[in-house]
Amino acid sequence: MSDYLILSGVLFAIGALGVLVRRNALIVFMSIELMLNAVNLAFVSFARQLNDMTGQVIVFFVLVVAAAEVVVGLAIIVNIFRTKETVDIDDIDLLRG
Amino acid sequence: MRSVLFWILALAAVGSSLTMITRSKPVHSAIAFLGTLVSLAGLFLLLYAQFVAILQIVIYAGAILVLFLFVIMLLHARSGEGSVEKLRLQRPLAIVLSLALLAGVSFLFLQAGLSEAPTPAAGMGTAEEVGKTLFDHFILPFEVASVLLLAGILGAVVLSKKESWS
Repeated sequence: MSDYLILSGVLFAIGALGVLVRRNALIVFMSIELMLNAVNLAFVSFARQLNDMTGQVIVFFVLVVAAAEVVVGLAIIVNIFRTKETVDIDDIDLLRG
Repeated sequence: MRSVLFWILALAAVGSSLTMITRSKPVHSAIAFLGTLVSLAGLFLLLYAQFVAILQIVIYAGAILVLFLFVIMLLHARSGEGSVEKLRLQRPLAIVLSLALLAGVSFLFLQAGLSEAPTPAAGMGTAEEVGKTLFDHFILPFEVASVLLLAGILGAVVLSKKESWS
């Protein structure tokens, strides 16, 4: 069973690497979704191990949060593109001291 | 049989997610992410979570990824990647940090020392069982989730109105 958990750890680390390395806001966003998916895999593995449906129900709530996050986040990215003509994170430094 | 399927799907998931974070074009990343989502749905099936696997395909691949593709097409965004890096050492430091994260998480998971999975309870992972658990124990979170979705809809509408910045 722990191979499923290790796989979810690997996917989470890849998502974190994507967030840290990439500068295109859309790809950073996809990496965040990948991390959410890795956590879902861990929840489902524990549900299987403990023979308890609660883990699978939590995945349902994670999906709801992910959907709301994507809708608002993509709207923000579209707005940033309208005002600054870029989605490169390094170009958006208005708050830089 | 099960472990062969697991290894195939696990390799597909890791490979496509590595492809996702290394492609320079966002469209290629989105397609690679689709591969990750589908192989994760297969892993959910192996773990007796049929309902979650279907949700994964319908919501993630069907709705969220299509939304991503719409925005990518809408923005035809150029990415300044490949030009000068503003933060030096960002890339090596990021690799070291995520490897440290992986080591820590794997250590914790291995320490949990999980044994072989027990035989699954009857009807595990069907829509009926998920619904029973959801409405027996999670009725308040369920309602809050609907409010959250409403807030998401309103937020998207307000943010994408043209005059919202004036």
